[in-house]
Amino acid sequence: MRTSQQKKQMPYPQDDGPVGLIYGLADSSLILAQRLSELTGHGPSLEVDMGLTNIALDLFGQVRLYYQYAAELLADGRTEDDLAFLRTEREFRSVLLAEQPNTDFAYTLTRQFLYDHFHFLMLKELQRSKDNTLAGIATKGIKEVAYHKVYTSDWIERLGDGTEESHRRVQKAVLDLWPYTQELFYKTEADKKMIEQGIGVDFERLKAPYYKAVTTVLKQARLKVPEVAYFQKGGKEGVHTEHMGHLLATMQYMQRTYPGMEW
Amino acid sequence: MSEQEQMRERSLEEEFTKRIAQDEKIEPKDWMPQRYRQMNIRQISQHAHSEIVGMLPEGNWITRAPSLLRKVTLLAKVQDEAGHGLYLYSAAETLGISRDEMYEQMLCGKAKYSSIFNYPTLTWADIGAIGWLVDGAAIVNQVSLTHTSYGPYARAMVRICKEESFHQRQGYQIMYKMANGTPEQKAMAQDALNRWWWPSLMMFGPRDAESTHTDQSMAWKIKIKSNDTLRQMFVDQAVPQADILGLRIPDPHLRYNPETAHYEFGAIDWEEFWQVVKGHGICNKQRLADKNKAWKEGEWVRKAAVAYAEKQAKKRVRKAG
Amino acid sequence: MSQEEQSLKNEWPLWEVFVRSKNGLEHRHFGSLHAVDAEMALQHARDVYTRRMEGVSIWVVESKQITASDPAQQTAYFEPAQDKIYRHPTFYELPEGVKNM
Repeated sequence: MRTSQQKKQMPYPQDDGPVGLIYGLADSSLILAQRLSELTGHGPSLEVDMGLTNIALDLFGQVRLYYQYAAELLADGRTEDDLAFLRTEREFRSVLLAEQPNTDFAYTLTRQFLYDHFHFLMLKELQRSKDNTLAGIATKGIKEVAYHKVYTSDWIERLGDGTEESHRRVQKAVLDLWPYTQELFYKTEADKKMIEQGIGVDFERLKAPYYKAVTTVLKQARLKVPEVAYFQKGGKEGVHTEHMGHLLATMQYMQRTYPGMEW
Repeated sequence: MSEQEQMRERSLEEEFTKRIAQDEKIEPKDWMPQRYRQMNIRQISQHAHSEIVGMLPEGNWITRAPSLLRKVTLLAKVQDEAGHGLYLYSAAETLGISRDEMYEQMLCGKAKYSSIFNYPTLTWADIGAIGWLVDGAAIVNQVSLTHTSYGPYARAMVRICKEESFHQRQGYQIMYKMANGTPEQKAMAQDALNRWWWPSLMMFGPRDAESTHTDQSMAWKIKIKSNDTLRQMFVDQAVPQADILGLRIPDPHLRYNPETAHYEFGAIDWEEFWQVVKGHGICNKQRLADKNKAWKEGEWVRKAAVAYAEKQAKKRVRKAG
Repeated sequence: MSQEEQSLKNEWPLWEVFVRSKNGLEHRHFGSLHAVDAEMALQHARDVYTRRMEGVSIWVVESKQITASDPAQQTAYFEPAQDKIYRHPTFYELPEGVKNM
């Protein structure tokens, strides 16, 4: 009874099948890549600009594979682009971490670092999915993410153990973004169902190795590992921070302004 | 300079001129006239700045690209431009100037970059027009520069031309899709062509008769073809491409001359050209402000990396000791 | 120290990048880039110079570590080899009919 009531209140019911699972896996990468792509041409050096753009390109590439597959499963004429550009804020299942703004290079880097380590562990598990398409996407993606993880971890170390200013900035970014980390392991109804069928990833099991991996890097970087009593969540149920609407307004501008046109 | 030194200098310069005449490449450690060095630094760094500032007008649309495929191709293209700037700065660095020094000349407005990037990108069609026309014009120039006399510059040009081959197609495809889309899309494509056509012709610089550096630069084969020659090559290529799109080039004087086998075109608004070159284009201030902001905000990052490397190096020494 | 000098002092050192395009081939000079240490130089080389499947292996070396021959010595260094044509197989005429040599 409670479930049905909840469903009535929810204007955007969660798809609790494989498509819901795919949104949960792919949306965060889309939003993160969108954030990274804001910075193209604005990086601290040409080489770093290119490095971050490579990460964005990898993520967009993975997202396209996921969405193409979701569109295939939906089989209602929607395309990868409809999924990216025509879903509303409440329908996006990305984690809150992904949409956090590029406050400074420390935030951008820390946000990416905190996601990369999760992303790597997640893809490692997803490779074993009973769904061959998803397993295939994971096998391709994990090679890319293995590099992202090293790249951002190295930078965390450089900033943490660099100058007084860089240490202060990256420590603040870690403190501010840490409360968004626990949501990475949150399981939606779709996740739970798909885990039962051997298709989804049991994020809960990634928690211990995740915190071990990131704290090792933070310690190496002489950074304090935050102790937080309260964590944030909501993104995976479509309840986002206020940043999200603006990000989507920009990203979806063309499709919303010129409905139904092809480019 | 003593008389003896002057004589030696003259004989070195004669030999240098002979080498250039024989199409020999000049390499970084070779003797070269101070002016040749300066002219190369000037031209290569301006070229590099153009790549870097050129990222901004297109970067303006990465976050709003209309499809995921368009987004990744645009992102990859703008990233290439960072790479091309990097290759060019590296080529100039072999002449004894550091990248940061060149970069700061650009940031303070002392060094020039291509004026085309001081025009705004207003609609998605502008991304198509830039790829097709601006990259098209750049490629005409760059292909000719693969034969430039300074080795590192020529090699950078070869690499850049190879990578750029997809840039123009990317833009043309956007235009093609829009020109064959809804009436609204076609109108946007035509509007973009109207706004980008003349600035693209201006990209080749002033008329040969008014170009101050051309003579020496061509004698030393720093520049291979004159501004007017390159401009004509570009027009000859672009007109049939516009026909295929079904778009009209905004020049009532444009006509094909079967005798010369070239397209004749109307007068360029040189007043507008000089206004933008002198820093009064619609986006000059914004572009430089954006680059300055990024550079300033990145300073602590660059410093941190240096400090970190120094600490690590010290640690290694301590361990070894 | 002026502001300009200060900022130039923070410039990341220049590195030279060599890339092996596939196994069986030698590393070839590809270009340069800036990085603070070898690890960063490798990452930057990967991000800048191998975006189009150009390589399977990268070497980086700080530019200042390279010693180059002096072009002023070019004749002394390289011209003496010009008249040693007996080092090339075409110098030796063979009687007609000799194969596999």
